[in-house]
Amino acid sequence: MNLHAVWAIYVYEMKRFFRTIFESLLSPVISTTLYFVVFGAAIGGRIEEVEGVSYGAFIVPGLIMLSVMTQAISNASFGIYFPKFIGTIYELLSAPVNFFEIVLGYVGAAATKSLLIGGVILLTAGLFVDLDIRHPAMMLAFLLMTCVSFALFGFIIGIWSENFQQLQLVPLLVITPLVFLGGAFYSVAMLPPGWQVVTLFNPVVYLISGFRWSFFGVADVAVGWSLLAIAVFFGLCLAIVWWIFRTGYRIKA
Amino acid sequence: MTAIVEVTNLSKTYKDGFTALRGVDLTIAEGEILALLGPNGAGKTTLISALCGITTPTSGQARIGGHDVIADYRAARRLVGLVPQEVALEPFEKVINTVRFSRGLFGHGRDDALIERILRQLSLWDKRDNRLRELSGGMKRRVLIAKALCHEPRVLFLDEPTAGVDVELRRDMWDVVRGLKAQGVTIILTTHYIEEAEAIADRVAVISKGEILLVENKADLMRRMGRKTLRIDLAAPVAGAPEALAHYDLELAEDGHALLYHYNTRGEGTGITRLLQALAQEGISLRDIETRQSSLEEIFVGLVREGTA
Repeated sequence: MNLHAVWAIYVYEMKRFFRTIFESLLSPVISTTLYFVVFGAAIGGRIEEVEGVSYGAFIVPGLIMLSVMTQAISNASFGIYFPKFIGTIYELLSAPVNFFEIVLGYVGAAATKSLLIGGVILLTAGLFVDLDIRHPAMMLAFLLMTCVSFALFGFIIGIWSENFQQLQLVPLLVITPLVFLGGAFYSVAMLPPGWQVVTLFNPVVYLISGFRWSFFGVADVAVGWSLLAIAVFFGLCLAIVWWIFRTGYRIKA
Repeated sequence: MTAIVEVTNLSKTYKDGFTALRGVDLTIAEGEILALLGPNGAGKTTLISALCGITTPTSGQARIGGHDVIADYRAARRLVGLVPQEVALEPFEKVINTVRFSRGLFGHGRDDALIERILRQLSLWDKRDNRLRELSGGMKRRVLIAKALCHEPRVLFLDEPTAGVDVELRRDMWDVVRGLKAQGVTIILTTHYIEEAEAIADRVAVISKGEILLVENKADLMRRMGRKTLRIDLAAPVAGAPEALAHYDLELAEDGHALLYHYNTRGEGTGITRLLQALAQEGISLRDIETRQSSLEEIFVGLVREGTA
């Protein structure tokens, strides 16, 4: 295994993140703060506790997930799209590296970045609400798995995209609606019975539910299902990435 | 000498049906400089891309240092440095970081002393902390070379290294290439500048429409390529070349208003002086004369004709 290459890609990508550390962290922190002000303080004050948790605290896991997913996707997709766009991809293709090493470097860096952002949002949330994390190890595990899976998903989007618009399309048109409709701001039990069934087809429901369970011990679906959902999503993304490198899809002429 | 690059019956057809390489056979000896000459779209870049892993050949085989470029790609690629035709660099990165990145990518640990030596050799050391967008086009090209050299390749592919580069930098590049050859690096460079091949290559391969038309020692090829045409505009038209000048094989042009004389610049003598004297003796007065070097395109056309004859 070419560990030097994995490390080189990882360091290169992380440097890009630290070069714009202020912008990288500021935007998610500001948007999270706005969500807290609007949903937590302004509206949340009028909402009763949800499943025994104050509304302000209840939305924290969903908000972290929203940021972590979008950041993992945008960082990983940009990370691999940019070399394609400016032509430096030639170097990756001509280097003695295999697909696993390239993915490890790019996805590892994107996952690390989104993990850092998730941590910063958690700290920011701590300024607004009291957080007592019931299962910290599981919370970390869920966060880590989400970061890695969505970074992998972002990598696929970066390879698939042929322009900057397409790069924005999936996070904007798919992820944000799925997170908003995935129980980030409400419990599935609050929906009418018909919608409760429909919402179970949204994979993000399982992720947010499991993540929220690690915070408060309450969940919309059993934790086992949440773990299975994220494992399936991870496996699916990995299979697609493997296929991309095997066929050279949108990388090689 | 041992062969370091062996290409056997290599073909590449793209998805849109365009065939860029047709059964290419090529053997490159260790330590030589081979110039791959060809017009635009001849398949030069595709051949290099197929050898370096950027594009997958449709059929055939290629080996570098005895390693198959597909089955044993890691070992093959470790030996190869590639300087691409397009200047592709991340604009916001520093020179030294992008070079360090390349070394890591090719599986080597950090070696600051080596990178300093390479950057100094390419006059880039003073610019090491500059961001790439701050560099001139010529400097960027040097960075590409530094990136290709930082993992100490045994085979270096230079794809049009001096396209759009000023004369001074071109000569600097040639010096760098000669220096690398002295260190035992095998160099394959593509170009459509015949002077470039003339200046630095040991052997020249001519490629056209995806086929290698010839691989020849440079000196021999230059003799064939050194044809020029002398155009003599006459004050009064003639019906034909005078009998006394028959052995010059003159060509009549513009309804007898001009005579064309083809000669070889690398021959023992061009015969121009004697021809002009003979014209004067025949009482033919001249209005103007002009010489024209056969363009590379004409030479290619000639070679293609020979190849299909």
